[in-house]
Amino acid sequence: MHGHEKGTGIGLEQGRLLFLLAILLIVVATVSLMLGQMKVPPGQIVRIFAAPFFPIKRTWSPTLESVLFEVRLPRLLAGMLVGAGLSVSGAAFQGLFRNPLVSDHILGVSAGAGLGAALAILFFGNIGAIQGLSFAFGLLAVLMTYGLSRVYRTTPVLMLVLAGIIVAAFFSAGTSLLKYIADPVNNMPSIVFWLLGSLNNASNKDMAVAGPMIAVGVTVLLLIRWRINLLAMGEEDARALGVDTGRIRTTIIICATLISAAAVSISGIVGWIGLVIPHIGRILVGPDNKRLLPVVTLIGASYLVAVDTVARVAMETEIPIGILTALVGAPIFAYLLRKNRSGW
Amino acid sequence: MAPLVTVRDLAFTYTGNMADPIFRDVTFSVGPGDIFFLLGRNGSGKSTLLRCVSNVLQGWQGTILLAGSDISRMRPSEVAKEIGYVPQNEVPGFPFLVKDIVIMGRAPHLSVFSSPARRDREIADRAMETAGIISLADRPCTTLSGGEWQLTLIARALAQEPRVMVLDEPTSHLDMGNQVKILRVVKALGQSGLGIIMASHFPDHAFIAATEAAILNHGHVACKGPPDKVVTDGELRLTYGVDVKVLYVGEGIDRKACFPTLADF
Repeated sequence: MHGHEKGTGIGLEQGRLLFLLAILLIVVATVSLMLGQMKVPPGQIVRIFAAPFFPIKRTWSPTLESVLFEVRLPRLLAGMLVGAGLSVSGAAFQGLFRNPLVSDHILGVSAGAGLGAALAILFFGNIGAIQGLSFAFGLLAVLMTYGLSRVYRTTPVLMLVLAGIIVAAFFSAGTSLLKYIADPVNNMPSIVFWLLGSLNNASNKDMAVAGPMIAVGVTVLLLIRWRINLLAMGEEDARALGVDTGRIRTTIIICATLISAAAVSISGIVGWIGLVIPHIGRILVGPDNKRLLPVVTLIGASYLVAVDTVARVAMETEIPIGILTALVGAPIFAYLLRKNRSGW
Repeated sequence: MAPLVTVRDLAFTYTGNMADPIFRDVTFSVGPGDIFFLLGRNGSGKSTLLRCVSNVLQGWQGTILLAGSDISRMRPSEVAKEIGYVPQNEVPGFPFLVKDIVIMGRAPHLSVFSSPARRDREIADRAMETAGIISLADRPCTTLSGGEWQLTLIARALAQEPRVMVLDEPTSHLDMGNQVKILRVVKALGQSGLGIIMASHFPDHAFIAATEAAILNHGHVACKGPPDKVVTDGELRLTYGVDVKVLYVGEGIDRKACFPTLADF
């Protein structure tokens, strides 16, 4: 008989792999909290976080406490949620579109969000408006893609891809226009910087709004993850297996869009995560989404926190995270393609 | 015995114009143990007919009864518990393992939020044993040969635990050995009591496996009945547009086979 728990890939038992990845996430998160202008040793981090619950003498300054709780912790949570969210929605889209090269941006969410943010920077200038408008325009773009794809009733998945290209081109042109007419001293740099992505603005308040949205989206996708396998076999096959393909497709699009739009609204446009992380996951556990999605959630969270930590501490000024994810992601991807020549 | 599948006056069009249908007035029924062979030339609408019967395609007119119930009033998952559909499909882009694909047949029996459990894995194992591919269970599907892939799809349909199996040209693109392997599995399934509807490009195979045959030609079922009555010189010429002789072959083979005469070669 054959073993059922072992997939393709490295053949590590699933439970053990998830445990190791959880440990990795905890280590990366701790290191991220330690580093910055104020260095904090790991023991002190444990004490500071335990202090509200246990009688521990506060030997640290209130400034340090507020740096940890008001700056580094929300940023850490934002990194984990955005990283996990973009990875899971990327993997789900790759199943839905039956193509491992599809990313979470395929339906135009980031192009829409970019225009929303540019409008907000030009006309309002405050962070609340930027987040609100980028979220709203991200949703609007996907809604337009979805509506356009339903004009023609055949091959819904192909039509979604084409409609996504059309809508993204339209919104990107709008963003370019705004950049062109924007005041080149103040507004244009802010637009450009926003488009490059950063977790710099993540605050506890944002996390209270965007956090639950990403968490709900990820949870639903994790719950239906085995059904995503069925869609990956193709529309007709899935129907023959009794799947209500229209409903599950819409569910995946809603969840992935909610995740991406919420992520973009707090972090700007962070590319490559939804492409690279699912590939790493497939090398570890194979293409079965039942095993893949939990693994991808944990790796995505660790990866973005790690990259964001580098973005914060590597240079005097912060490096936009979108530059780093591409700078790191592209070579990783090239390496994976070479290594994984046998298939996806 | 009462028929498992009853198709009455079935018609379908892709254009929305019923004056220009792919087929119409199609009527047949399949009972337990029947192996119903659907012949017809390329583009005659065999695949479309099978996809309608499996409820993969919608928008057909007429009546399809599944064990007496109107299929158009059934949920997709209810249909999938009764009909296992084996499509003419390419291998997916992702290297799913054979066992991961076979277990997808359990989908109609599982709720949206659940994934397969031990019992489902046991059923999938049995399906792979029946199809003779248990040794391939841990192979990525991207490494399979055409015959192995076809058997994987048959095992997946078996895992649905259906009473009816619909196969769309399962022997096309296969070498002779694999064709015989598929026919053997199909015949065994029929003998175990499943109702089988199968499209084929090989009239010869009707003599090997079918209990009933029909020819789809110009949008109509031109001929229907026992293979001996349907697969004849005249019908084959009308269907394929070439002269064919159906001859009885002795020599320990003891069945009929079809030979194009090639008189004008």
